[in-house]
Amino acid sequence: MNRRWPRALAPELARGLRIARVLLVTQYAYMLEYRAEIALWALSGVLPFIMLGVWSAALTGGGGAAGLGLGLSQAELARYFLGAFIARQFTVVWVVWAFEEDSVAGRLSPYLLQPLQPLWRYVAAHLAEQATRLPFVVVIAALFFLQQPAAFALPSPARLLLALPAIWMAFAIHFLLQSLIAILCFWSERAQALERLLFIPYLFLSGLVAPLAAFPPGVRQVAFLTPFPYMIGFPAQLLAGLEVPIASSFAAMAGWIALLLPLTALAWRAGVRRYTAMGG
Amino acid sequence: MVARGLGKTYRVADKQPGLGGTLRHFLRRRHRDVPAVTDVSFTIQPGEIVGFLGPNGAGKTTTLKMLTGLIHPTAGSATVAGYTPHRRQRGFLTAITLVMGQKQQLIWDLPPLDSLRVNAAVYGLDDSEAKRRIDELAEMLELGEELTRPVRKLSLGQRMKAELMAALLHRPAVLFLDEPSLGLDVNAQARVRQFLVDYNRRTGATVLLTSHYMADITALCPRVLLIHGGRLFYDGRLARLSERLAPWRQVRLELAQPLPAETFHPYGELESLDGAAVRLLIPRQQLTEAVARLLNELPVLDLEVSDPPIEELIGRLFRKGVVA
Repeated sequence: MNRRWPRALAPELARGLRIARVLLVTQYAYMLEYRAEIALWALSGVLPFIMLGVWSAALTGGGGAAGLGLGLSQAELARYFLGAFIARQFTVVWVVWAFEEDSVAGRLSPYLLQPLQPLWRYVAAHLAEQATRLPFVVVIAALFFLQQPAAFALPSPARLLLALPAIWMAFAIHFLLQSLIAILCFWSERAQALERLLFIPYLFLSGLVAPLAAFPPGVRQVAFLTPFPYMIGFPAQLLAGLEVPIASSFAAMAGWIALLLPLTALAWRAGVRRYTAMGG
Repeated sequence: MVARGLGKTYRVADKQPGLGGTLRHFLRRRHRDVPAVTDVSFTIQPGEIVGFLGPNGAGKTTTLKMLTGLIHPTAGSATVAGYTPHRRQRGFLTAITLVMGQKQQLIWDLPPLDSLRVNAAVYGLDDSEAKRRIDELAEMLELGEELTRPVRKLSLGQRMKAELMAALLHRPAVLFLDEPSLGLDVNAQARVRQFLVDYNRRTGATVLLTSHYMADITALCPRVLLIHGGRLFYDGRLARLSERLAPWRQVRLELAQPLPAETFHPYGELESLDGAAVRLLIPRQQLTEAVARLLNELPVLDLEVSDPPIEELIGRLFRKGVVA
């Protein structure tokens, strides 16, 4: 093996790490300016709790969770939806709106003239926004347990260690999927309309409105051919301490990232070519 | 910097008005090729400051975008700092900068210093080097505590100076400036101008600049390129061009009562007449005499002499066919 390449790579790596650090710190400072808005966004993500209420009502009339084929106790169901809430909070992606706003406002041209792939700025902005959300999420989770003391359980350290990379990978998949749509801005300025198309299957197949066990087997089979169940359901199940195929789920997520990453890079290159042909 | 036969043709949809036109357009899309820039060639030596003039829509911005790599030319080629711009290689991107009057790269809600730190990291400057350059630029631009105030709280002039800092932190060898003083008051314009002269002297950077203000061009650019209808009409010394342009001065009058257009013919060329407000162009050598006669012979309430806007001068030049 060539022993020289790590040395050639070292300054590049150092540069990348420095850019990452400065971008994250700057974006965190920026997001703190909007902390009130971000707190409201965190609060507006309570859909899983509403769904928990709906499911609980259905279960008391339907002979319990097992009766609906979920195989979950009431406490497990509550923990699942709390896990779904947390997973959703740290995988929210808004790159398509930010990108569209920047291209309409003409900020894209200066970004394209800097030696940094512009999408990294949005990655940093998302991560910084997640850090800003963290305290609000902790408070909401604490209030949830106060309200549902029977469901109280903290994930084991092992589960927590697995849930963290699962959430990051879920974020990566969501970010790449939405970036692909954002890149369509190069062709049509109103690419966010397409995002709506993505949102419907995401809403139902991700496990946000119901654990996937609640769906008929046929739907479930189709769902697992898509990346959606890994974006909320899988990390939520890990956090809730439920039984879940860990290795195969991680493998599937890695597979989706391996597919979406080069696809996004290719689309970006084609988009920029189109942009420079049409007049910047 | 070399441009050889540079050209850009846009394809635009050609649609007739009305429902019929819309349906026809939907079923069979028709396109028209519109040339924005045609066969533009010039060479700019390192360290030169060149003014790029032309009326709106003449092709100035399209040419700047081709030279910065934001637009792929449809004809000809360009070489800037030894690179082909549209490939946008890292070496090229670190060698150039583009300042566009109103496009901001500063983060709106944070102080300029935060944006400068991001740029320093992106261009690979270490902390001490970045601090040295920030101090140097801040001194040249007379910026101090403004750098720690949120950008949204800065005046337009302060913001423009901070934009310049962000655009020049990596010490580019080639500067493309599109209307750098647009919207600034006279003092701020003069400071930006002085800064550009100092920057060019200190770093030996090449500068290509467009501006609507004749004062920018006369103060900065010994050489100008004149573009009209996408074609280069003049490439040479400003002094020779201003012999054709500058003989004219603009005189604005406010009269006690409106007068017919013929009244003004003996004094100069009537540019506009709006009730009691009159705009005349008067040859420079006849200015003193004409102004004295105007004041004597007409009921003048107010009189103001100025350089006509550069667009108007160039427009006249093209109308009269002096350049063509």
